[in-house]
Amino acid sequence: MHASSIDLAHPDGAAVTKPGLGKIVQDTRFVFWRELLLVLRDPFSLVFSLLQPLIFLALFGPLLGAAVGTEAFGGESSLQWFLPGVVVMISLFGTTMTGSNLQYELMTGSYERILATPLSRSSLMIGRALKEWAPLVAQGLLIALVCIPFGFVFYPLHVLLGLLILGIFGIGIGALSYTLALITQGTEWVFWGVQQTLLFPLMILSGIMLPIEAGPGWMQVLSRYNPLTYLVNAERELFAGNIGTDVLWGLLAAVLTAAVGLAIGIRTTKKQTI
Amino acid sequence: MIHTDKLTKHFKNKKETVEAVKGVDIDIAPGELVAFLGPNGAGKSTTLRMLTTLLSPTSGSARVAGVDVVADPAGVRSRIGYIGQGNGGGHSYRVIDELIMQGRFYGMNSADARARARELLVTMDLQELEKRTVIKLSGGQRRRMDVALGLMHSPQLLFLDEPSTGMDPQNRANLWDHIMRLRAEHGTTIVLTTHYLDEADSMSERVIVIDHGKIIADDTAARLKSNLAGDLLAVEVALASVPAARAVLGQAAADGELEESRHDGGASFRVRLPDGARLAPGLLKALDDAGAPATSLKLNPPTLDDVFLELTGRSLREGAEV
Repeated sequence: MHASSIDLAHPDGAAVTKPGLGKIVQDTRFVFWRELLLVLRDPFSLVFSLLQPLIFLALFGPLLGAAVGTEAFGGESSLQWFLPGVVVMISLFGTTMTGSNLQYELMTGSYERILATPLSRSSLMIGRALKEWAPLVAQGLLIALVCIPFGFVFYPLHVLLGLLILGIFGIGIGALSYTLALITQGTEWVFWGVQQTLLFPLMILSGIMLPIEAGPGWMQVLSRYNPLTYLVNAERELFAGNIGTDVLWGLLAAVLTAAVGLAIGIRTTKKQTI
Repeated sequence: MIHTDKLTKHFKNKKETVEAVKGVDIDIAPGELVAFLGPNGAGKSTTLRMLTTLLSPTSGSARVAGVDVVADPAGVRSRIGYIGQGNGGGHSYRVIDELIMQGRFYGMNSADARARARELLVTMDLQELEKRTVIKLSGGQRRRMDVALGLMHSPQLLFLDEPSTGMDPQNRANLWDHIMRLRAEHGTTIVLTTHYLDEADSMSERVIVIDHGKIIADDTAARLKSNLAGDLLAVEVALASVPAARAVLGQAAADGELEESRHDGGASFRVRLPDGARLAPGLLKALDDAGAPATSLKLNPPTLDDVFLELTGRSLREGAEV
């Protein structure tokens, strides 16, 4: 950011017209950092975000094992099966909220102020989505460590790769959530209606919480058209310490989601008449 | 600094098309201080948003700071400062953090951004509030912070959209002190919108009057007033002198219009005169000569509202109160 960015500080210097990849990465860092400042200035919120998945895991995990029985998971510990699902779920909760944080800024005028700066449009979305994803790294590692005494086998490199794929996926979901906030501007409740209505069917149909194989045929068909399914399968494979075709499919689903989300998001930002 | 050619914006709302800006031509030279004046919904802010790349024009073109707004919006954005109608600072952020991030957004390095932020906090009388969160600032402080945000990268061209709306007179004066100082020290070109008549009148050198998406006048406030409105002269005479007075004043009236009203023991006439202060003594003498001496006389200098009334037949004041 040093030599290349100094020109921008002097408006009469070199003009930067089409944002190159370097500029997008740098801008994304700034947007990400600005969002993260809120957490850093108020660290208490971080404590809650770490507690949340633990509570969920502690309350739901035992029920799942008792209700479905361990044979449904191929003889593994139910944790080994369930934990990656929880990680995907936390990342979904976080990244679908990207737009909600934007809503306040849309109302006050700070979003407009930022739009008037030379930040590249894609960085506004990517930076915000990554901020929702960042705590996931801490959350994911923490719950993995906590679960070790209960029979969970921890493969650190595989888990890290899993978190990276989730990060890519999160960029797409974050961009879509961001777009939703933009187009529901002025009717904030619509944002929540749409977010909730989409979130739960997508989650259930991906087999996050209960194995989809146990469901009727139509559910299994629907789940095949759900990108989240591939993400969940990839995470399960990785958390079990394997890298195979599921991981590749998951990566593909993540990249496609990110590409579609960003394309829609950038188009909407450019079309917006705010 | 700014050149537009038939700049136009239409909004499509359901099925009907709203022509918000209907082909405006604007030329603004470096160092000018220009106010867009007009009632709410006249197209002032829409024009400003096109110039600041926040809206894309439907047709026409605009060059801002030497750069075309459609071909290179990012180039325009890096050269201008923009202070919108809302509050620029995120509510949960600390003042200093937002200022530094704003500098970073414009490509300043961390140390430069921090130094510039500190400098602006002093200039804008916010130095004590560095670590305060934005939501805890008073309205006036928040507005000064908005200006500080707009100035972080020291732009040569600054846009302000309704900078003082909703502020009390003291804070308005204070804000204007800051803006005028900025201009005096750095020669910044300033373009603002306002529906406050007195503000456009006393602060800007040039007023562009916009109504229904069109520019209906563009000149200095002083020339607009003397050319379009003229002073309002109110003369009272005794009842007996009314016919003679009517003849004399009717002839002097710039627009041929003479308002007349009766009250006990006399009548009062109101007439518009371009450059009334110079004409009034002669008119008094003419009334004397006609045997209709004035019993009282009042000369009201014109306001921009008179100009707007003259141009559109409507008062800007009514529009502004909505």
